[in-house]
Amino acid sequence: MTQYLDFEKPLAEIEGKAEELRALARRNEEMDVDDEAKALDAKAAKMLQDLYRGLTPWRKCQVARHPDRPHCRDYIEALFNEYTPLAGDRNFADDHAVMGGLARFNDRPVMVIGHEKGNDTKSRIERNFGMARPEGYRKAVRLMDMAHRFGLPVITLVDTPGAYPGKGAEERGQSEAIARATGMCLKIGVPLVSVVIGEGGSGGAVAFATANRVAMLEHSIYSVISPEGCASILWKDAEKMREAAEALRLTAQDLKKLGVIDRIIPEPTGGAHRDRKKTISAVGAAIDGMLQDLKGLKPRQLITDRRQKFLDMGQKGLAA
Amino acid sequence: MNWITNYVRPRINSIFSRRETPENLWQKCDECGTMLFHRELADNLNVCTACGHHMAITPRARFAALFDGGIFTEVKVPEPKADPLQFRDQKKYPERMKAAQKSTGEKEAMLVATGEIGRTPIVAAAQDFSFMGGSMGMYVGNAIIAAAQEAVKLKRPLILFSAAGGARMQEGILSLMQMPRTTVAVEMVKEAGLPYIVVLTHPTTGGVTASYAMLGDVQIAEPNALICFAGPRVIEQTIREKLPEGFQRAEYLLDHGMLDRVTKRTQMRDELISITRMLLGLSPAVKGELPAPPPAEPQAPEAPAAETQPARPKA
Ligand SMILES: [Zn+2]
Repeated sequence: MTQYLDFEKPLAEIEGKAEELRALARRNEEMDVDDEAKALDAKAAKMLQDLYRGLTPWRKCQVARHPDRPHCRDYIEALFNEYTPLAGDRNFADDHAVMGGLARFNDRPVMVIGHEKGNDTKSRIERNFGMARPEGYRKAVRLMDMAHRFGLPVITLVDTPGAYPGKGAEERGQSEAIARATGMCLKIGVPLVSVVIGEGGSGGAVAFATANRVAMLEHSIYSVISPEGCASILWKDAEKMREAAEALRLTAQDLKKLGVIDRIIPEPTGGAHRDRKKTISAVGAAIDGMLQDLKGLKPRQLITDRRQKFLDMGQKGLAA
Repeated sequence: MNWITNYVRPRINSIFSRRETPENLWQKCDECGTMLFHRELADNLNVCTACGHHMAITPRARFAALFDGGIFTEVKVPEPKADPLQFRDQKKYPERMKAAQKSTGEKEAMLVATGEIGRTPIVAAAQDFSFMGGSMGMYVGNAIIAAAQEAVKLKRPLILFSAAGGARMQEGILSLMQMPRTTVAVEMVKEAGLPYIVVLTHPTTGGVTASYAMLGDVQIAEPNALICFAGPRVIEQTIREKLPEGFQRAEYLLDHGMLDRVTKRTQMRDELISITRMLLGLSPAVKGELPAPPPAEPQAPEAPAAETQPARPKA
């Protein structure tokens, strides 16, 4: 069953009607609803296309957070072979908000790391809704370091509302853990490519996405603060999230213009969750393309490329 | 060294008082409520003489007290593109910038300078909380990169005083990108084998803590400074419980292994001199206040050279 977003309500009505008609016809063989149902389908398809053609930034936020959107686990299962999860930060715990390990991508051994939000109540709680604690970042540091020593490319999948704002997380050095992870991203002499598949929430995202190449799914977001958080600080009203989403320029399209990301991966009409398979394979192709871009670069060149990319960032405005 | 005290202090005081207390001769301590004579407060580096509470201090005032003879040379920071996102909330970002510039007399939220402390040449950078909460945007990123490049070029340690509410939201994703940018800067200093010392002052929070402010070889904080990634209010809303007394304060972080030291502002200079000289393998420094570097250097206290930076009066 499709979970509709607020702005998809009119669509839900039409699709619901078509479904009702078909159910009615199944119970009553005399009834011919075919034409009528087909007309509704066409109307719904048109509406979906119209809705998604010009998604506002706030609507994109909702799509990016859609519970049925493919998550890190789905991508790892579909795109990688021999995935061998590696756990723990060797200090305190294993953070289930971050998954990662050895795997093969197109037969090539790689290290894959990502935030996992979970897909039902139980797994969401277990995964802490994709909000990592210091242990998650420290696990990532450990895996990146291992990848560096064994010459394995690192692929990161970003999907987090942000780092977890909890008491223990603070006590165990959330900020230091994020800073070290960002530092490790900058230090490794192997290709590092990153895809923002849903939410790129603040420092929690940067810790994984300080990469040679960064791609974003068409309706994913990447921001310094959530629109709700920004609204409550700058507008003193959390309800102004639409305005905040607009002002923050958090869409893939704006970030590409600003030179913060390198690629936009198109999503199926109606968002990644409406055709998960297609989305996942598009992400796979983008990862492959980004790794190809970096082919032949020596460890030192990869490090220099990454550093220079960030040092140069921000000189370009939106105007271009 | 009394002649120095007598000679140099008045100059420093004039710098302090012009900006800190233009007309009020008395300032109330926000902690204990004692009325403090502004000049006495400035002499004590804005630390309450009654209760020891550390009040905010501007980068210029801090540098005037930090560097030998109060003399420092400002390092030029490359100008970023203004208002890159054309951001507007209830006000336009350029308007907020203008207001901050007017009230502080500063261009932006970070000051970078070179000079000597205890005859030890250093590069220092200090964040200005009074300028839009010290928030980190492109300029602050550029300032830290400039500071790191200067340190590497001159082979000097970098000492950074942090103070910020976090990232500058009005620069959106570009403020977030200062986390990796400043981390690159820190790496450059470390790779050159130079000390990078961070002094965390009240408050240092958000993305600033999660990048350059937590990556020092030595991490020192001023007493009772709030240092965190997520602020206490956000955490209380998340976990729905009251946080313990002193949570996320400097002493708490020291206890939890996140800092090397908590040091009073009035002792900070001596400590920084001592640490940097040991890390650089230099002989023990002459303690106490020193006059400006000797004539070999262009600027002397007798003739305030163009490089010295007295505060601009309020516009
Ligand atoms: Zn007091």
